[in-house]
Order: sequence, then C-alpha cells, then structure tokens
Amino acid sequence: MGAFPAAELGHYALILALVISLVQSTLPMWGAHVGDERLMAIAPAASIAGLAYVGFAFAALTYAYVTSDFSVLNVWENSHSDKPMLFKVTGVWGNHEGSMLLWVLILALFGALVALFSRNLPDTLRARVLAVQGWIGASFLLFILMTSNPFARIENPPLEGRDLNPILQDIGLAIHPPMLYLGYVGFSISFAFAVAALIDGRIDAAWARWVRPWTLTAWMFLTAGIAMGSYWAYYELGWGGWWFWDPVENVSFMPWLAGTALLHSAIVMEKRGALKIWTILLAILAFSLSLLGTFIVRSGLLTSVHTFAADPDRGLFILLILMTFIGGSLILFAWRAPMMKQGGLFQPISREGALVFNNIFILFATAAVLLGTLYPIGLEALTDRKISVGPPYFNKTFAILMLPVLLAMPFGPMLAWKRADLAGVAQRLGVAMLVAIAGAAVAFALSGAGSPLPAIGIGLAVWLIIGALTDLAERIRLFRVPPGVSLSRLAGLPRAVFGGVLAHGGVGVMLIGIVSVTSFGTEDNVIMQPGGTIDYHGTLQFDGMVPRSGPNYREEIARFNWKAAPETEPVMLTPSRRFYTARQSSTTEAAIHNRGFSQIYLTIGESRDDGGLVVKAYYKPQVTLIWIGALIMAAGGLVSLTDRRLRIGAPKRARARSPEARQSA
Amino acid sequence: MTRKKKQRLTLIAVGGALLACVVALVAYALNDQLVYFYMPADIVEKNVQPGTRIRLGGLVEDGSVVRAENGVVSFVLADGTESIKVSYQGLLPDLFREGQGIVAEGTMQAGGAFVADSVLAKHDENYMPREMADALKEQGVWNDGKEVQ
Repeated sequence: MGAFPAAELGHYALILALVISLVQSTLPMWGAHVGDERLMAIAPAASIAGLAYVGFAFAALTYAYVTSDFSVLNVWENSHSDKPMLFKVTGVWGNHEGSMLLWVLILALFGALVALFSRNLPDTLRARVLAVQGWIGASFLLFILMTSNPFARIENPPLEGRDLNPILQDIGLAIHPPMLYLGYVGFSISFAFAVAALIDGRIDAAWARWVRPWTLTAWMFLTAGIAMGSYWAYYELGWGGWWFWDPVENVSFMPWLAGTALLHSAIVMEKRGALKIWTILLAILAFSLSLLGTFIVRSGLLTSVHTFAADPDRGLFILLILMTFIGGSLILFAWRAPMMKQGGLFQPISREGALVFNNIFILFATAAVLLGTLYPIGLEALTDRKISVGPPYFNKTFAILMLPVLLAMPFGPMLAWKRADLAGVAQRLGVAMLVAIAGAAVAFALSGAGSPLPAIGIGLAVWLIIGALTDLAERIRLFRVPPGVSLSRLAGLPRAVFGGVLAHGGVGVMLIGIVSVTSFGTEDNVIMQPGGTIDYHGTLQFDGMVPRSGPNYREEIARFNWKAAPETEPVMLTPSRRFYTARQSSTTEAAIHNRGFSQIYLTIGESRDDGGLVVKAYYKPQVTLIWIGALIMAAGGLVSLTDRRLRIGAPKRARARSPEARQSA
Repeated sequence: MTRKKKQRLTLIAVGGALLACVVALVAYALNDQLVYFYMPADIVEKNVQPGTRIRLGGLVEDGSVVRAENGVVSFVLADGTESIKVSYQGLLPDLFREGQGIVAEGTMQAGGAFVADSVLAKHDENYMPREMADALKEQGVWNDGKEVQ
C-alpha cells in the first residue's frame, strides 16, 4: 500500500494552488490599478495553472479512492473495497473534505474558462474579475488545508474501509452534487464581475452582455441540479415526497431565485442600460446566498444527510469567509454604487416595468424562504428554544408571493420596451386566457368539484404554457401572414427568444405536475400476505420475498405484480430493503412504475411474524412533469446560451445598439 | 422635482407598501406554523394543550413497539422522567429501532397520548435529529463515543 504517494502529491498540489491563487488575487489587481499590462497578464495564466493544480489534487484523491488506499483517512471513512467502481469514484465527493475539493475544482474550472473565453474583455476588467476569483479560491483552499484536509493519513492503515453512507450509494451522487456546484459556484463569476465593475467604477450594457452567459450557465446547472436532487430524494428516501422545504433544499433554492432575478434584470441592463446598480446588487446577492448555503450545509449548523460530520472550527472558518465576502462586497457596493451613472427611463407599464415587477416579487419570495430557514437557527441561538418551521409556512408565503409573478409572466415578454400598451397585449393573450379558464373548468369538473385550488393551479399552468406559445406565435405573426413567411420569421428569431419561451413554458409544465400530485396523489398503507391481491389502479399482487446479495449489502426483495386491467401484461415491481454490512445500516429501495407521466410508487416496511408485509403504495399523477418542467427550463437556458448575440456580440463597449438588439429579448 | 426623481419616489412608495404586506403575510404564516420541540417531561411540566402541533422527542422504550393489524404502530417515547404513548400510521424510517432517539411530529390528544403524522430517525449512524441529541446530552443519557464520530 502507498507505493505511489498520491495523497502527499495531492496535498502538495493544493498548497501550490493556494500560492498561485494568492498571486492571482493580488498582482493583477495592482496591475489593473496602475495600468501595468504585464501584471494584468498574470491573471489568465494563474487561473489556468490553478485549475491544473487543483485538478491534480482531485485526481490524486480519486486515485486513492479507486485503489482503495485505506491509509488515507478520508478513504477509510467513506469507502469499502467491495463498493462498486462508480461509487468509489462518486464517493470522492460523498464526504465533507472531498465535496469541498469538488467545490474548489469547479471554481478553478470557471476561472480558467473566463481566462480562455473572455479574450474580448478589456484587460483591466478581466484582470480584476480573475483577481476576485482568486480571492474566493484562496479562501476556500485555505479552508480545506487548515480544517478539511482530504489527504490526511492513518498511522496504522486498517485493511477494510467503513463504506459510504448507503443513501449516497446511488447514481444520483454522480449527477446531483457536480450539477449543483456548477450552479452555486458559477454565480461566483457574476459576483466577480460585479465586484470588478464596482472597483472599476464603470458599468454599461456591454458588461451585462459579458455577464449574462456565465449567469445563464450557472442558472442552467443549478436548475438541473436542484431538480436532480429533488428526484433523488423522491426515489431514494422512500417517502414519496419531492420537496420538503428542508433547510438544505432551501439554501439551494434561494441562490436559484436570486439568480433568476439576476438573469432578468441583466436583460434590462443589456437592452436598455437601466437597472445597473440593481443588477450588480443581485449578482452580489446570488453568490452571497450560494456562500450562505455552503456555510449552512457544511458548518454542521443543521444536521442532514448533506452534513457528513460536524466540526465547529469549520463552521467558524466558513462564517469568516462568508462575512468577509458578503460584508466586503456590500460595503464596496455602498461606497461605489452611488457614483455610477444611472440610465434608461421607462414607464411602469413596459417590458422593463414587468421585469422589475418580477424581480421584486421573486426577491420577496426569497426573503420569505430565507426567514423561514434562518428563524429557527436564530431563535435557538438567542433563546435556546427549539422550533421548526414546517412546509405549511413555506407553501403559504411562497405560493402567495409567486402568484403575481406567474400571473404576469406571459405579459412580460410581449410588452414593448420603455412604454407598452397593456390592453393591446391583454387582447393578444385573449386566447391564452380563454384556454386557461377552460382548463381550470375541466380540472374543476374532473376533481369532483371539491376545493377550487387545484383547478386554479391547473388554469394557471395552462396560462403559462399557452401564454409562452402565444409570445412565439405573435413574433412569427402566425395565421396573419402566409405560413411560409411565418416559418422564415421563425428561423430568423434569436435563440434567446426560444430560450425564454421554453423556460416560461417549463414553469407551467412543472406547475401541472405539482398541482396534480399534491391535489390528486394518494397514499395507502396495507398489510399484504404472500399471494394476496388488492385493487390498486388495477390489481396488485404480492408474490413473496426473495433474498439477494449485492456487492456490499444484503437485500430482501418483495416481488409484486401489477396489472392495469385483467387482460394486460403484468408489470413486475420489486421494492426492497437493503442492509449494508459495513455500516450496519439499512435503506429502503422504492419500486417505481411509470404510466405516462404518472407513477405507481411502492415501498415496504418490515415483514411481520405472520408473513404479512407492510406495504406503502403511492399513486403519483403527472409527477414526472415536475422534473420534466425543470429540465425544460434548463433546456431554455441552454438554447438561450447558444444565441449568437451572446457569443460574438460582446466586444464593442457602449452604444452598440444594433437594430437586432433593439428588437427583442 | 424631475421626472426621474418622481419615478423613483413612486417606486419607493409602492415598494414600501408591498413590503409591508409581505411582512404581514410572513409574520402571520410564521406565527401560525411554528412547531415547538418538547421532550415528554416538558409536556407534563409546561402543560401542553391537546390539539397543539408539536415535535416530540425521546428514546423509544425497549419492548414498547406494537404493530397492530391495521398498520398502526404504537410505541412509548421516554426521556428518563416521563413517558408518552405515541401512535403512528405508516412506514417507520429505516433507522427506527427500540432504544433509539427519535423525533415524532403530530398532535397531543386529550387523553395524554400523542398521534404522530411523521417520525424522524437518524439518516445514518452519525446523524440524529439535533434537538434530540442536545436534549439527551442535557439529561446525561447521551452515549457519546457510539453515536457521534
């Protein structure tokens, strides 16, 4: 064991990466201040070198995991030689130290991407942006080296590891954390641009155009990452829930909300030169909330499956980083922002007005989530009383605060810049309104005329989807010009328009899923004997239990047959209970059967002495639309990102108001 | 007053009014939805009224878990001084065991029993609902070496 000192080399690479990021934080900043080009040129080189060293450290830890080198403490604590190879690799970030290393790796990756792809930025701005990235990188590298070294060795290496938390032994671990971090950490670029602009003292529409692709990238990954986390929790925890308003969910959701607001205000800034200061504030806010999330999850302030192990020193260290960056950037903001020139007047009824409206309500909703998340922590710290703020609080406040945003959403993209004709737009949305009302009526009739809330929800979802499509139809003048003309208009539309239509429509799709599953979903507890049959959206038969052994666990599989109708082919459903030997802990694996967008979801409890089995059966109507909607939104981000205006349109500063840019979002 | 200033003032006024509404909404929802955490001894001591929604923490008493025909599980939660009978319909978490600290959320009934609609146990061997761990530490029944690394 340990013939190749990967861990020591990895540790050394991290120290070098820290030194590089310290250089990157200081010299280019000074160079930008005094106008020294050679000093400024250090920034991109340092960013790329930093990525190489952090990448090497990450590879070294991965090597230790893959080779099951249990002389490395981190590997011993979180791995096992019998663990499947996929989980040996994903286990690298399935623990505190490794996940912080992944965080820094992604930060370094973004830094290097800015260095490579932002050659058209003014030298001073680029130097400053990368220097700010350097500050963040240096802080977190210092954090890892001082409190969370993943390369610590054990004196007398044990022969076998303690295995990874069974809940994390899932393909979800391969996707959810990297996606989420690409989102979280991606906002560091918007933050770095905001701070650089504040130091620079200048900001214009070109700045917004440079920042938007990065924000869009981060937002897209965060959307997909949160959706993936939600689906993972849904199938792995066996509770059948897709969102619990758990603090760790909330802290990923808040940067998403702030990021969504930022994306929209950056549009106003790019197209109209207005809302400059506001956009900068949002960029600071989005990353601050990401840092807050990292702090809350990693400090051990809350215990959850994300926390791994608590250590007060780590909490204090991240709190210091948090206060330095949030406090520092806000002070800088308070000092420099008033010196910036405001621009772009607009009437309240206009595209800008709609985007401001969206921003205000999204931020209110963010604040409500923030309060509900932090209140129990604060109250306990101050009064020692222990409370929890449950889902009803969040459902109530969040739903009410988002309602105006959803109602207004189809209007936004159809309003003209500067001064718009609300009545005219409402008229053009008439069809969407009628379809929405019809949809609500159908839903009301189908739901057995109980509470009107599900019907309202469905109507709202239809409104969003048809509203988004109406925007597209209006732009290509569908049915008002010959189809050929419409088609060529369609081909000529900027990609960002399609992105917006997809993102807004995706919200509607998601809403259908949310409303269906919360209003019409069912859950039943039954005790079944082997051979027994019950009626369940067809018939469900329990055949019996079968033992099986996996690589690092034993499993009791319950075999079920489900038929939609007597004559159809039966579907085999096999929920199980797994017992992981090394960890001495068990998990429940749900069995899921897709029917269209709906799902039948089965989990099992313990077997009873008389051979009976406690079965929990959920029927989840249209549940997959929740995640499909989120993926459509993320796809909207991707399509928007391919807009050529974002790729090539950046270099000219200021007055570059081409007819194309003026035309639309 | 310039047009710009006027616009800004209107914006501030509208924003302020909205903010007040939001604060009222949040305060109302928060007040309505707070769930306090108690141990069995607190229930007796603080005289928690039936119908109040609370989180109840305690150790599952050995031999107290009864699984009824209809899928209802009942068990006794104890904290060293007092104990309360809890009934719960549904699947218990994977790490629910006798002798284990758990947290149940639900309402107190008139007879002094507790009906839970959710039961939280540890996510893995390192994790226990934190209010539970704190409460156990206070009472000196916390088994440190075994529970937390």
